[in-house]
Amino acid sequence: MKRYFLDIIESIWTVLLGMKITGLHLFTRSCTLQYPLVKWELPERSRMRLFNKIEDCIGCGQCVRACPVDCIYMTTEKRGKEAPPIFAADGTPIKLSVTQFDIDMSLCCYCNLCVYPCPTHCLVMTPEYEFAVHTKQDFLYRFAKDEPLAPVTPSPVTPQPALVK
Amino acid sequence: MEYLRQVLFQNVTGFDQLPGSLQVFIPMLLGCLLCLGLVTLFPLVAVWLERKVAAHIQDRLGPMRVGGWHGWAQTIADGVKLLLKEDIIPAEADRLLFKLAPIMVFVGGFAAFVVLPFSDQFIVSDLNIGVLYIVAISSLGVVGIIMAGWASNNKYALFGGMRAAAQIVSYEIPTMLAILTVVIPVGSLSMQDIVRAQSGGISNWFIFQPITFLAFWVFYIGTLAEVNRTPFDIPEAESELVAGYHTEYSGMRFAFFFLAEYANMFLVSAIGVTLFWGGWQGPSWLPGPIWFFLKAMALVFVQMWLRWTLPRLRVDQLMYVSWKILLPISFVLVLAAGTLALVAEGTP
Repeated sequence: MKRYFLDIIESIWTVLLGMKITGLHLFTRSCTLQYPLVKWELPERSRMRLFNKIEDCIGCGQCVRACPVDCIYMTTEKRGKEAPPIFAADGTPIKLSVTQFDIDMSLCCYCNLCVYPCPTHCLVMTPEYEFAVHTKQDFLYRFAKDEPLAPVTPSPVTPQPALVK
Repeated sequence: MEYLRQVLFQNVTGFDQLPGSLQVFIPMLLGCLLCLGLVTLFPLVAVWLERKVAAHIQDRLGPMRVGGWHGWAQTIADGVKLLLKEDIIPAEADRLLFKLAPIMVFVGGFAAFVVLPFSDQFIVSDLNIGVLYIVAISSLGVVGIIMAGWASNNKYALFGGMRAAAQIVSYEIPTMLAILTVVIPVGSLSMQDIVRAQSGGISNWFIFQPITFLAFWVFYIGTLAEVNRTPFDIPEAESELVAGYHTEYSGMRFAFFFLAEYANMFLVSAIGVTLFWGGWQGPSWLPGPIWFFLKAMALVFVQMWLRWTLPRLRVDQLMYVSWKILLPISFVLVLAAGTLALVAEGTP
């Protein structure tokens, strides 16, 4: 019998306790960020969209080799002997002209492995994360100058089934 | 309604030349339309408020975009969406009952608004059995709920309907006994008489008198269960029964259930205000109806607050609370109220 009344009192007390907690939360500042109006500040060194400053690219191809998902496509041509010497921003002479530098961001796994080997630091991950597009083809970013818009080989948006070897 | 007729007589020229039947009918119609307006517009506000309260309790913002200021038009947008949705009736459903059920649920809540005393003048019909009428007519809702559960031909819906029946029938008993503790000292079942019995200052409100104070909490818990609000929402327990008795409903028929739920929330709060919180009475710097609404909204707010605080009860716990806790307490309270009334009368 004593237990019965104690239970009733305890249940009323715990309900009031719960209401106190939720009541306090009712008046605390809500932590919602209203996304398109207010944007989350990204942490330092966030890995988002890749960017290649093609003027500094020496066409060494180390990023292509480093990429675990093979989403960087690069072709280069040797510059002629008589061509005027050009240099990257850090003074490295550019001996190859990059005729194609495509990154398929729909394949990219944002691992940052392509950025480390770049000798001229021209390939970087930018904090830009709002790059949704309507068609998958638009994820192919072309960085080389004067690059023809014709489909490149291998077609980057149809990932090569690496297992069917 | 008499009040409405007087207003029409004084302000509308030519109203006294109308045939006698119209003179009765037009105020009646106006009163019903006012109630209907309240029943349909209140949920628009209450749903928005509920979402806001829920959001802020969970440290969110809730609807913010529709209509500009804090998403005030969100419910209107949702209502329009529900109106435009396809009206689906399951192939195996009992079509007649399926269509009738939302109407029953809605009418059960709506008809009870007739005896709510919004002010000392405005009450659509001051029945001398007002409390009894409310208790009787609001029980119509449970018929609609069982009807919906049965007609849907869906196991979840049927479970929800059966649970609702068990729950509402169980909780009506302590609720009514709690109401009796108010009716005994007043000596009348009329809603206006009950409000008038609490006139003359806040200390005369029944909430501030020992027996009716306890009775109010029994009443509040009981009505919370009767309108299927959390923590007593086992008839529509999302995690076990999908949506309970309205699982198969979509579009406007679903909206009717929703509308009825929120109208019932206001209804039970308004009854609580009338019986325990002095009805339309309050300091004279605000008119009666405003006081009535403010008090009712405060009780509605507590209902929402509870909803976002407490988890759902188990079915057996629910029955335990009703039959083993609320019922004995309410019996004791009725006995105490009766004894007090006898002592006050001076009967040996």
